[in-house]
Amino acid sequence: MTAPVASPAEMMTVAAARALSSVDVCFVGIGAPSAACNLARLTHAHGVTLIYESGTIGAEPKTLPLSIGDGELCDTALCTVSVPEMFRYWLQGGRITVGFLGGAQIDRFANLNTTVVGPYDRPKVRLPGGGGAPEIAIHCGQIFITMAMGKRAFVEKLQFVTSLGHGEGGDSRLRAGAPSAGPTRVITDLCVMQPDAATMELTVVSLHPGVTREQVVGQCGWPLRFAATVAETPAPTDEELTILRDLHERMRRAHARAVEAA
Amino acid sequence: MARFQSLAEAVSENLHCGDGVAMEGFTHLIPFAAAHEAIRQGIGDLTLIRMTPDLVYDQIIGMGLARRMKFSWGGNPGVGSLHRFRDAVENGWPCALEIEEHSHAAMASAFEAGAAGLPFATLRGYVGSDLPKVNPSIRHVDCPYTGERLATVPAIRPDVAFIHAQRADRKGNVLIKGIVGVQKEAVLAAKRSVVTVEEIVEDFRDEGPNAVILPHWTVTSIAVAPGGAYPSYAHGYYRRDNAFYIAWDAIARDRATFLDWMKTNVLEADPEVFVEHARRAPNEVAA
Repeated sequence: MTAPVASPAEMMTVAAARALSSVDVCFVGIGAPSAACNLARLTHAHGVTLIYESGTIGAEPKTLPLSIGDGELCDTALCTVSVPEMFRYWLQGGRITVGFLGGAQIDRFANLNTTVVGPYDRPKVRLPGGGGAPEIAIHCGQIFITMAMGKRAFVEKLQFVTSLGHGEGGDSRLRAGAPSAGPTRVITDLCVMQPDAATMELTVVSLHPGVTREQVVGQCGWPLRFAATVAETPAPTDEELTILRDLHERMRRAHARAVEAA
Repeated sequence: MARFQSLAEAVSENLHCGDGVAMEGFTHLIPFAAAHEAIRQGIGDLTLIRMTPDLVYDQIIGMGLARRMKFSWGGNPGVGSLHRFRDAVENGWPCALEIEEHSHAAMASAFEAGAAGLPFATLRGYVGSDLPKVNPSIRHVDCPYTGERLATVPAIRPDVAFIHAQRADRKGNVLIKGIVGVQKEAVLAAKRSVVTVEEIVEDFRDEGPNAVILPHWTVTSIAVAPGGAYPSYAHGYYRRDNAFYIAWDAIARDRATFLDWMKTNVLEADPEVFVEHARRAPNEVAA
Protein backbone atom coordinates (compact mmCIF):
# COMPACT_ATOMS: atom_id res chain seq x y z
CA MET A 1 0.00 0.00 0.00
CA THR A 2 1.28 3.47 -0.81
CA ALA A 3 1.53 5.67 2.23
CA PRO A 4 -0.40 8.94 1.92
CA VAL A 5 1.67 12.11 1.84
CA ALA A 6 2.34 13.50 5.29
CA SER A 7 3.06 17.14 6.13
CA PRO A 8 6.37 17.86 7.93
CA ALA A 9 4.42 18.44 11.17
CA GLU A 10 2.65 15.10 10.81
CA MET A 11 5.93 13.37 10.04
CA MET A 12 7.38 14.89 13.22
CA THR A 13 4.48 13.67 15.38
CA VAL A 14 4.59 10.18 13.89
CA ALA A 15 8.37 9.89 14.33
CA ALA A 16 8.01 11.11 17.91
CA ALA A 17 5.23 8.62 18.63
CA ARG A 18 7.39 5.74 17.44
CA ALA A 19 9.98 6.52 20.11
CA LEU A 20 7.56 5.37 22.83
CA SER A 21 6.88 1.76 23.79
CA SER A 22 4.14 -0.06 25.68
CA VAL A 23 6.24 -0.39 28.83
CA ASP A 24 6.94 3.32 29.11
CA VAL A 25 5.54 5.54 31.81
CA CYS A 26 5.59 8.91 30.11
CA PHE A 27 5.33 12.45 31.51
CA VAL A 28 3.58 14.33 28.72
CA GLY A 29 4.09 17.97 27.78
CA ILE A 30 1.23 19.77 26.04
CA GLY A 31 1.05 20.40 22.28
CA ALA A 32 3.20 18.32 19.95
CA PRO A 33 4.32 15.91 22.73
CA SER A 34 0.69 15.24 23.72
CA ALA A 35 -0.32 14.44 20.14
CA ALA A 36 2.68 12.10 19.75
CA CYS A 37 2.06 10.30 23.04
CA ASN A 38 -1.61 9.72 22.28
CA LEU A 39 -0.82 8.57 18.75
CA ALA A 40 1.62 6.04 20.24
CA ARG A 41 -1.06 4.83 22.65
CA LEU A 42 -3.57 4.36 19.80
CA THR A 43 -1.11 2.62 17.43
CA HIS A 44 1.85 0.48 18.52
CA ALA A 45 2.16 1.31 22.24
CA HIS A 46 -1.24 0.36 23.67
CA GLY A 47 0.19 -0.24 27.14
CA VAL A 48 1.95 3.11 27.53
CA THR A 49 1.04 5.01 30.70
CA LEU A 50 0.51 8.72 30.06
CA ILE A 51 0.95 11.09 32.98
CA TYR A 52 0.10 14.80 32.83
CA GLU A 53 1.48 17.22 35.40
CA SER A 54 -2.03 18.13 36.53
CA GLY A 55 -1.94 14.85 38.47
CA THR A 56 -3.68 12.51 36.04
CA ILE A 57 -2.05 9.06 35.93
CA GLY A 58 -2.91 6.71 33.06
CA ALA A 59 -4.96 9.23 31.06
CA GLU A 60 -6.56 7.88 27.86
CA PRO A 61 -8.14 10.96 26.26
CA LYS A 62 -10.35 10.48 23.18
CA THR A 63 -9.92 14.14 22.28
CA LEU A 64 -6.50 15.76 22.49
CA PRO A 65 -6.56 18.15 25.44
CA LEU A 66 -5.85 21.86 24.93
CA SER A 67 -4.38 22.20 28.42
CA ILE A 68 -2.57 19.74 30.70
CA GLY A 69 -5.61 19.78 32.96
CA ASP A 70 -8.65 19.30 30.70
CA GLY A 71 -11.46 17.32 32.35
CA GLU A 72 -11.08 14.62 29.69
CA LEU A 73 -7.72 13.65 31.22
CA CYS A 74 -9.18 13.21 34.69
CA ASP A 75 -12.27 11.39 33.36
CA THR A 76 -10.18 8.77 31.58
CA ALA A 77 -7.28 8.45 34.07
CA LEU A 78 -6.68 5.49 36.33
CA CYS A 79 -6.35 7.97 39.19
CA THR A 80 -5.73 11.65 39.84
CA VAL A 81 -3.35 12.87 42.53
CA SER A 82 -2.57 16.35 43.86
CA VAL A 83 0.10 18.43 42.15
CA PRO A 84 2.57 18.28 45.08
CA GLU A 85 2.18 14.48 45.10
CA MET A 86 2.70 14.33 41.34
CA PHE A 87 5.99 16.21 41.48
CA ARG A 88 7.33 14.73 44.72
CA TYR A 89 6.34 11.05 44.71
CA TRP A 90 5.91 10.26 41.05
CA LEU A 91 8.41 12.50 39.24
CA GLN A 92 11.12 13.09 41.90
CA GLY A 93 10.50 9.55 43.19
CA GLY A 94 11.85 8.20 39.91
CA ARG A 95 8.71 6.46 38.65
CA ILE A 96 8.71 8.00 35.16
CA THR A 97 10.68 6.35 32.33
CA VAL A 98 10.28 9.05 29.65
CA GLY A 99 9.70 12.79 29.75
CA PHE A 100 8.39 14.25 26.50
CA LEU A 101 9.24 17.94 26.14
CA GLY A 102 9.00 20.74 23.63
CA GLY A 103 10.67 24.13 23.91
CA ALA A 104 11.13 27.52 22.32
CA GLN A 105 14.89 27.17 21.88
CA ILE A 106 17.40 24.33 21.98
CA ASP A 107 21.19 24.23 21.67
CA ARG A 108 23.55 21.55 20.33
CA PHE A 109 23.64 19.79 23.70
CA ALA A 110 19.83 19.69 23.92
CA ASN A 111 19.58 22.24 26.72
CA LEU A 112 16.21 24.02 26.52
CA ASN A 113 15.10 27.62 26.95
CA THR A 114 11.44 28.35 27.64
CA THR A 115 12.03 31.44 29.81
CA VAL A 116 13.19 34.56 27.93
CA VAL A 117 14.69 35.80 24.69
CA GLY A 118 17.04 38.69 25.50
CA PRO A 119 18.28 39.73 28.94
CA TYR A 120 16.24 38.33 31.85
CA ASP A 121 15.61 41.77 33.35
CA ARG A 122 14.77 43.48 30.03
CA PRO A 123 13.44 40.63 27.90
CA LYS A 124 12.78 41.01 24.21
CA VAL A 125 10.28 38.17 24.47
CA ARG A 126 8.99 36.94 27.77
CA LEU A 127 8.19 33.22 27.30
CA PRO A 128 5.88 31.28 29.66
CA GLY A 129 8.70 29.83 31.78
CA GLY A 130 9.81 26.45 33.01
CA GLY A 131 6.67 24.95 34.51
CA GLY A 132 7.42 21.30 35.15
CA ALA A 133 10.31 21.06 32.71
CA PRO A 134 13.36 21.84 34.93
CA GLU A 135 12.65 18.78 37.09
CA ILE A 136 11.15 16.60 34.32
CA ALA A 137 14.51 17.05 32.58
CA ILE A 138 16.33 15.72 35.66
CA HIS A 139 14.14 12.94 37.06
CA CYS A 140 12.76 10.99 34.09
CA GLY A 141 14.75 7.96 32.91
CA GLN A 142 15.30 9.66 29.56
CA ILE A 143 13.99 12.68 27.67
CA PHE A 144 12.56 12.92 24.18
CA ILE A 145 12.28 16.41 22.71
CA THR A 146 10.07 17.30 19.79
CA MET A 147 10.18 20.70 18.08
CA ALA A 148 10.11 22.10 14.54
CA MET A 149 13.45 23.29 13.13
CA GLY A 150 14.35 26.89 12.38
CA LYS A 151 17.33 29.15 13.09
CA ARG A 152 15.50 31.02 15.85
CA ALA A 153 14.73 27.74 17.62
CA PHE A 154 17.93 25.74 17.05
CA VAL A 155 20.45 28.29 18.29
CA GLU A 156 24.23 28.48 18.68
CA LYS A 157 23.97 29.67 22.28
CA LEU A 158 21.01 29.82 24.67
CA GLN A 159 20.63 33.11 26.52
CA PHE A 160 18.90 31.22 29.31
CA VAL A 161 18.98 27.53 30.25
CA THR A 162 15.61 26.62 31.70
CA SER A 163 16.05 22.84 31.60
CA LEU A 164 19.31 20.92 31.55
CA GLY A 165 20.15 18.69 28.61
CA HIS A 166 23.77 17.66 28.26
CA GLY A 167 25.13 20.93 29.62
CA GLU A 168 28.45 21.74 27.97
CA GLY A 169 28.71 18.23 26.52
CA GLY A 170 30.73 15.19 27.54
CA ASP A 171 29.97 14.16 31.12
CA SER A 172 28.94 17.67 32.23
CA ARG A 173 25.36 16.59 32.87
CA LEU A 174 26.49 13.97 35.35
CA ARG A 175 28.92 16.41 36.96
CA ALA A 176 26.09 18.93 37.37
CA GLY A 177 24.30 16.32 39.49
CA ALA A 178 21.91 14.66 37.06
CA PRO A 179 22.61 10.92 36.81
CA SER A 180 19.68 10.14 34.46
CA ALA A 181 20.25 9.75 30.70
CA GLY A 182 18.76 13.13 29.72
CA PRO A 183 17.79 13.87 26.12
CA THR A 184 18.35 10.73 24.04
CA ARG A 185 16.38 11.80 20.98
CA VAL A 186 15.30 15.07 19.36
CA ILE A 187 12.54 14.58 16.82
CA THR A 188 12.05 17.50 14.42
CA ASP A 189 9.92 18.14 11.36
CA LEU A 190 12.93 17.39 9.12
CA CYS A 191 15.04 14.78 10.89
CA VAL A 192 15.80 12.82 14.05
CA MET A 193 18.90 13.68 16.10
CA GLN A 194 20.65 11.78 18.85
CA PRO A 195 23.55 12.86 21.05
CA ASP A 196 26.97 11.59 20.01
CA ALA A 197 28.06 8.91 22.51
CA ALA A 198 31.26 10.75 23.50
CA THR A 199 30.71 14.48 22.97
CA MET A 200 26.92 14.38 23.56
CA GLU A 201 26.48 16.87 20.71
CA LEU A 202 23.26 16.37 18.77
CA THR A 203 23.89 14.49 15.54
CA VAL A 204 21.44 13.76 12.72
CA VAL A 205 20.75 10.01 12.59
CA SER A 206 17.85 9.99 10.14
CA LEU A 207 16.34 12.33 7.57
CA HIS A 208 12.60 12.34 6.91
CA PRO A 209 11.59 11.22 3.37
CA GLY A 210 12.49 13.84 0.74
CA VAL A 211 14.54 16.00 3.12
CA THR A 212 18.14 16.86 2.13
CA ARG A 213 21.16 17.49 4.34
CA GLU A 214 21.35 21.07 3.01
CA GLN A 215 17.78 21.73 4.08
CA VAL A 216 18.44 20.59 7.64
CA VAL A 217 21.72 22.51 7.88
CA GLY A 218 19.91 25.63 6.61
CA GLN A 219 17.41 25.44 9.48
CA CYS A 220 19.97 25.01 12.25
CA GLY A 221 21.83 27.80 14.04
CA TRP A 222 25.00 25.79 14.69
CA PRO A 223 27.20 23.77 12.27
CA LEU A 224 25.17 20.58 12.39
CA ARG A 225 26.90 17.19 12.42
CA PHE A 226 25.66 14.00 10.81
CA ALA A 227 26.18 10.43 12.04
CA ALA A 228 28.47 8.14 10.01
CA THR A 229 25.38 6.43 8.65
CA VAL A 230 22.27 8.53 8.14
CA ALA A 231 19.07 6.54 7.63
CA GLU A 232 15.81 7.63 6.03
CA THR A 233 12.97 7.90 8.56
CA PRO A 234 10.26 5.44 7.47
CA ALA A 235 7.28 7.37 6.08
CA PRO A 236 4.06 7.36 8.15
CA THR A 237 1.83 4.36 7.51
CA ASP A 238 -1.81 4.72 6.49
CA GLU A 239 -2.83 3.69 9.98
CA GLU A 240 -0.60 6.24 11.71
CA LEU A 241 -1.76 9.10 9.52
CA THR A 242 -5.43 8.20 9.70
CA ILE A 243 -5.39 8.00 13.48
CA LEU A 244 -3.36 11.22 13.84
CA ARG A 245 -5.67 13.16 11.51
CA ASP A 246 -8.68 11.82 13.32
CA LEU A 247 -7.19 12.97 16.67
CA HIS A 248 -6.54 16.45 15.29
CA GLU A 249 -9.96 16.71 13.69
CA ARG A 250 -11.70 15.76 16.92
CA MET A 251 -9.55 18.27 18.80
CA ARG A 252 -10.37 21.01 16.31
CA ARG A 253 -14.09 20.32 16.53
CA ALA A 254 -14.10 20.07 20.31
CA HIS A 255 -12.11 23.25 20.95
CA ALA A 256 -13.29 25.53 18.17
CA ARG A 257 -16.87 25.85 19.33
CA ALA A 258 -17.95 29.37 18.44
CA VAL A 259 -17.83 31.67 21.44
CA GLU A 260 -21.05 33.62 21.73
CA ALA A 261 -20.60 37.32 22.34
CA ALA A 262 -19.97 37.65 26.06
CA MET B 1 -15.07 28.87 61.38
CA ALA B 2 -16.46 29.31 57.89
CA ARG B 3 -18.90 32.17 57.40
CA PHE B 4 -21.38 32.16 54.53
CA GLN B 5 -21.22 35.55 52.84
CA SER B 6 -21.99 37.26 49.57
CA LEU B 7 -19.04 37.22 47.20
CA ALA B 8 -18.67 41.00 47.52
CA GLU B 9 -18.47 40.77 51.32
CA ALA B 10 -16.14 37.78 51.28
CA VAL B 11 -13.73 39.63 48.99
CA SER B 12 -13.82 42.99 50.77
CA GLU B 13 -13.38 41.47 54.24
CA ASN B 14 -10.52 39.15 53.30
CA LEU B 15 -8.51 40.82 50.54
CA HIS B 16 -6.70 44.08 51.26
CA CYS B 17 -4.43 46.34 49.25
CA GLY B 18 -0.86 45.09 49.39
CA ASP B 19 -1.78 41.50 50.26
CA GLY B 20 -0.02 38.37 49.07
CA VAL B 21 -2.85 36.45 47.43
CA ALA B 22 -2.99 32.94 46.00
CA MET B 23 -5.93 32.28 43.67
CA GLU B 24 -5.18 28.65 42.96
CA GLY B 25 -6.59 25.97 40.66
CA PHE B 26 -4.43 23.88 38.32
CA THR B 27 -6.36 24.48 35.06
CA HIS B 28 -9.46 23.21 36.91
CA LEU B 29 -11.62 25.18 39.40
CA ILE B 30 -9.92 28.54 38.85
CA PRO B 31 -11.74 31.16 40.97
CA PHE B 32 -12.68 33.61 38.18
CA ALA B 33 -15.84 35.00 39.81
CA ALA B 34 -13.88 35.90 42.94
CA ALA B 35 -11.05 37.46 40.91
CA HIS B 36 -13.52 39.57 38.94
CA GLU B 37 -15.06 40.77 42.20
CA ALA B 38 -11.58 41.72 43.45
CA ILE B 39 -10.96 43.65 40.21
CA ARG B 40 -14.32 45.45 40.54
CA GLN B 41 -13.41 46.48 44.07
CA GLY B 42 -10.09 47.79 42.74
CA ILE B 43 -7.96 46.09 45.40
CA GLY B 44 -4.42 46.73 44.22
CA ASP B 45 -0.70 46.62 45.01
CA LEU B 46 -1.07 42.85 45.23
CA THR B 47 1.59 40.18 45.28
CA LEU B 48 0.06 37.49 43.10
CA ILE B 49 1.01 33.90 43.91
CA ARG B 50 0.02 31.09 41.59
CA MET B 51 1.74 28.17 39.81
CA THR B 52 0.04 28.88 36.48
CA PRO B 53 -1.10 32.54 36.35
CA ASP B 54 -3.58 31.73 33.56
CA LEU B 55 -6.12 34.24 32.23
CA VAL B 56 -7.18 35.15 35.75
CA TYR B 57 -3.87 36.86 36.59
CA ASP B 58 -3.49 38.20 33.04
CA GLN B 59 -6.67 40.16 33.80
CA ILE B 60 -5.52 41.42 37.22
CA ILE B 61 -2.10 42.40 35.81
CA GLY B 62 -3.64 44.17 32.82
CA MET B 63 -5.84 46.22 35.17
CA GLY B 64 -2.75 47.45 37.01
CA LEU B 65 -3.61 45.83 40.34
CA ALA B 66 -0.47 43.71 40.76
CA ARG B 67 2.95 44.86 41.92
CA ARG B 68 4.64 41.49 42.09
CA MET B 69 4.07 37.91 40.94
CA LYS B 70 5.44 34.59 42.15
CA PHE B 71 4.78 31.88 39.58
CA SER B 72 6.14 28.88 37.67
CA TRP B 73 4.44 28.90 34.23
CA GLY B 74 2.94 32.04 32.74
CA GLY B 75 1.25 31.04 29.50
CA ASN B 76 -2.21 30.46 28.04
CA PRO B 77 -2.23 26.63 28.10
CA GLY B 78 -2.19 25.14 24.60
CA VAL B 79 -2.63 28.61 23.04
CA GLY B 80 0.50 30.70 23.67
CA SER B 81 1.36 33.86 25.56
CA LEU B 82 -0.42 35.75 28.30
CA HIS B 83 -0.21 39.09 26.53
CA ARG B 84 -1.01 41.32 29.52
CA PHE B 85 1.66 39.55 31.59
CA ARG B 86 4.13 39.95 28.73
CA ASP B 87 3.28 43.62 28.24
CA ALA B 88 3.87 44.27 31.96
CA VAL B 89 7.23 42.46 32.00
CA GLU B 90 8.47 43.63 28.60
CA ASN B 91 7.12 47.21 28.60
CA GLY B 92 5.99 47.99 32.14
CA TRP B 93 2.36 48.50 31.00
CA PRO B 94 0.18 49.51 32.78
CA CYS B 95 2.80 49.30 35.53
CA ALA B 96 6.00 47.38 36.16
CA LEU B 97 5.60 43.84 37.48
CA GLU B 98 8.33 42.40 39.67
CA ILE B 99 8.59 38.63 39.18
CA GLU B 100 9.80 35.76 41.33
CA GLU B 101 10.04 32.75 39.09
CA HIS B 102 10.14 29.09 40.11
CA SER B 103 9.52 25.64 38.67
CA HIS B 104 6.28 23.74 39.31
CA ALA B 105 8.02 21.22 41.55
CA ALA B 106 9.39 24.03 43.72
CA MET B 107 6.11 25.98 43.92
CA ALA B 108 4.16 22.83 44.82
CA SER B 109 6.70 22.01 47.52
CA ALA B 110 6.62 25.59 48.81
CA PHE B 111 2.81 25.46 49.21
CA GLU B 112 3.18 22.12 50.98
CA ALA B 113 5.79 23.60 53.35
CA GLY B 114 3.41 26.49 54.04
CA ALA B 115 0.61 24.09 54.92
CA ALA B 116 3.01 22.07 57.07
CA GLY B 117 4.17 25.14 59.00
CA LEU B 118 7.77 24.69 57.86
CA PRO B 119 9.99 27.66 56.95
CA PHE B 120 11.17 26.17 53.65
CA ALA B 121 10.87 23.22 51.29
CA THR B 122 13.65 21.02 49.97
CA LEU B 123 13.69 19.32 46.62
CA ARG B 124 16.10 17.73 44.20
CA GLY B 125 15.53 20.48 41.73
CA TYR B 126 16.85 23.22 39.44
CA VAL B 127 19.87 21.06 38.54
CA GLY B 128 21.71 22.79 35.69
CA SER B 129 18.98 25.43 35.31
CA ASP B 130 19.70 29.18 35.22
CA LEU B 131 16.65 29.94 37.39
CA PRO B 132 18.68 30.10 40.66
CA LYS B 133 20.88 32.79 39.02
CA VAL B 134 17.90 35.11 38.57
CA ASN B 135 15.92 34.19 41.68
CA PRO B 136 17.87 34.72 44.92
CA SER B 137 15.17 32.95 46.95
CA ILE B 138 16.25 29.64 45.40
CA ARG B 139 19.05 28.41 47.66
CA HIS B 140 20.71 25.15 48.59
CA VAL B 141 21.33 23.06 51.66
CA ASP B 142 23.52 20.02 52.28
CA CYS B 143 21.54 16.99 53.44
CA PRO B 144 22.64 16.32 57.07
CA TYR B 145 22.44 12.55 56.46
CA THR B 146 23.93 12.00 53.01
CA GLY B 147 25.67 15.27 52.21
CA GLU B 148 23.67 15.61 48.99
CA ARG B 149 23.18 19.21 47.85
CA LEU B 150 19.46 19.94 47.64
CA ALA B 151 17.57 23.00 46.43
CA THR B 152 15.45 24.98 48.87
CA VAL B 153 12.65 27.49 48.43
CA PRO B 154 10.89 29.52 51.13
CA ALA B 155 7.46 28.30 52.25
CA ILE B 156 4.51 30.08 50.69
CA ARG B 157 2.32 31.74 53.34
CA PRO B 158 -0.28 33.86 51.51
CA ASP B 159 -2.24 36.49 53.40
CA VAL B 160 -5.28 35.06 51.69
CA ALA B 161 -6.07 32.11 49.43
CA PHE B 162 -9.01 32.00 47.02
CA ILE B 163 -10.24 28.70 45.60
CA HIS B 164 -13.37 27.49 43.84
CA ALA B 165 -14.88 24.13 44.83
CA GLN B 166 -17.81 22.01 43.78
CA ARG B 167 -19.78 22.04 47.02
CA ALA B 168 -20.00 23.13 50.60
CA ASP B 169 -22.32 21.51 53.12
CA ARG B 170 -24.57 23.39 55.54
CA LYS B 171 -21.82 23.54 58.15
CA GLY B 172 -19.32 25.05 55.72
CA ASN B 173 -17.19 21.98 55.02
CA VAL B 174 -15.84 22.12 51.47
CA LEU B 175 -15.55 19.32 48.88
CA ILE B 176 -13.10 19.38 45.94
CA LYS B 177 -13.15 16.71 43.22
CA GLY B 178 -11.20 15.95 40.06
CA ILE B 179 -7.87 17.65 39.40
CA VAL B 180 -7.25 19.02 42.88
CA GLY B 181 -4.00 20.88 42.16
CA VAL B 182 -2.52 22.65 45.19
CA GLN B 183 -5.79 24.06 46.51
CA LYS B 184 -5.82 22.19 49.82
CA GLU B 185 -2.22 23.25 50.46
CA ALA B 186 -2.98 26.86 49.47
CA VAL B 187 -5.89 27.11 51.92
CA LEU B 188 -3.99 25.47 54.77
CA ALA B 189 -0.92 27.67 54.12
CA ALA B 190 -2.88 30.93 54.03
CA LYS B 191 -3.80 33.18 56.95
CA ARG B 192 -7.33 33.62 55.53
CA SER B 193 -9.26 31.79 52.85
CA VAL B 194 -12.26 32.39 50.63
CA VAL B 195 -13.96 29.47 48.93
CA THR B 196 -16.53 29.98 46.20
CA VAL B 197 -18.75 26.97 45.49
CA GLU B 198 -21.15 25.78 42.82
CA GLU B 199 -23.78 24.88 45.41
CA ILE B 200 -24.57 24.11 49.03
CA VAL B 201 -25.69 20.59 49.89
CA GLU B 202 -27.06 19.07 53.08
CA ASP B 203 -24.01 16.88 53.89
CA PHE B 204 -21.22 14.82 52.28
CA ARG B 205 -22.46 11.40 53.43
CA ASP B 206 -22.32 9.94 49.91
CA GLU B 207 -18.85 11.20 48.97
CA GLY B 208 -16.80 8.29 50.34
CA PRO B 209 -14.21 8.22 53.10
CA ASN B 210 -11.27 9.65 51.10
CA ALA B 211 -12.94 12.63 49.47
CA VAL B 212 -10.88 15.83 49.52
CA ILE B 213 -12.62 17.85 52.16
CA LEU B 214 -11.55 21.03 53.88
CA PRO B 215 -13.23 21.10 57.31
CA HIS B 216 -15.26 24.24 58.00
CA TRP B 217 -12.81 25.34 60.69
CA THR B 218 -10.02 25.71 58.08
CA VAL B 219 -12.00 28.11 55.89
CA THR B 220 -12.69 31.80 56.59
CA SER B 221 -15.48 32.64 54.12
CA ILE B 222 -17.71 30.74 51.73
CA ALA B 223 -19.66 32.39 48.92
CA VAL B 224 -22.01 30.63 46.56
CA ALA B 225 -20.94 31.47 43.00
CA PRO B 226 -22.44 29.08 40.45
CA GLY B 227 -20.32 29.00 37.31
CA GLY B 228 -17.59 30.79 39.26
CA ALA B 229 -14.76 28.82 37.66
CA TYR B 230 -15.72 29.70 34.06
CA PRO B 231 -13.93 29.69 31.54
CA SER B 232 -12.00 27.03 33.46
CA TYR B 233 -14.27 24.31 34.70
CA ALA B 234 -15.94 22.53 37.59
CA HIS B 235 -15.72 18.77 37.22
CA GLY B 236 -19.23 17.33 37.27
CA TYR B 237 -20.84 20.72 36.45
CA TYR B 238 -19.43 22.22 33.24
CA ARG B 239 -16.40 21.71 31.01
CA ARG B 240 -13.47 23.98 30.29
CA ASP B 241 -14.40 26.46 27.57
CA ASN B 242 -11.33 25.89 25.42
CA ALA B 243 -12.83 28.08 22.68
CA PHE B 244 -12.78 31.02 25.09
CA TYR B 245 -9.14 30.32 26.03
CA ILE B 246 -8.35 30.45 22.30
CA ALA B 247 -10.41 33.65 21.86
CA TRP B 248 -8.61 35.32 24.80
CA ASP B 249 -5.43 35.51 22.73
CA ALA B 250 -6.93 38.16 20.44
CA ILE B 251 -8.75 39.98 23.26
CA ALA B 252 -5.62 40.34 25.39
CA ARG B 253 -3.16 41.06 22.58
CA ASP B 254 -4.31 44.67 22.18
CA ARG B 255 -4.45 47.07 25.15
CA ALA B 256 -7.63 48.87 24.06
CA THR B 257 -9.48 45.67 23.15
CA PHE B 258 -8.54 44.24 26.52
CA LEU B 259 -9.73 47.32 28.44
CA ASP B 260 -13.03 47.34 26.53
CA TRP B 261 -13.56 43.68 27.28
CA MET B 262 -12.80 44.17 30.97
CA LYS B 263 -15.15 47.16 31.19
CA THR B 264 -18.07 45.26 29.67
CA ASN B 265 -17.49 41.84 31.17
CA VAL B 266 -15.99 42.61 34.56
CA LEU B 267 -16.27 46.23 35.73
CA GLU B 268 -19.88 46.66 34.64
CA ALA B 269 -20.89 43.06 35.34
CA ASP B 270 -21.79 41.23 38.55
CA PRO B 271 -21.21 37.68 39.85
CA GLU B 272 -24.56 36.57 38.40
CA VAL B 273 -23.11 36.60 34.86
CA PHE B 274 -21.17 33.45 35.71
CA VAL B 275 -24.41 31.47 35.91
CA GLU B 276 -25.01 32.33 32.27
CA HIS B 277 -21.35 31.70 31.32
CA ALA B 278 -21.49 28.21 32.79
CA ARG B 279 -24.78 27.47 31.08
CA ARG B 280 -23.18 28.29 27.73
CA ALA B 281 -19.97 26.35 28.49
CA PRO B 282 -19.61 22.88 27.01
CA ASN B 283 -21.61 20.64 29.32
CA GLU B 284 -20.52 17.43 30.92
CA VAL B 285 -22.09 15.04 28.43
CA ALA B 286 -21.11 16.94 25.27
CA ALA B 287 -18.19 16.27 22.90
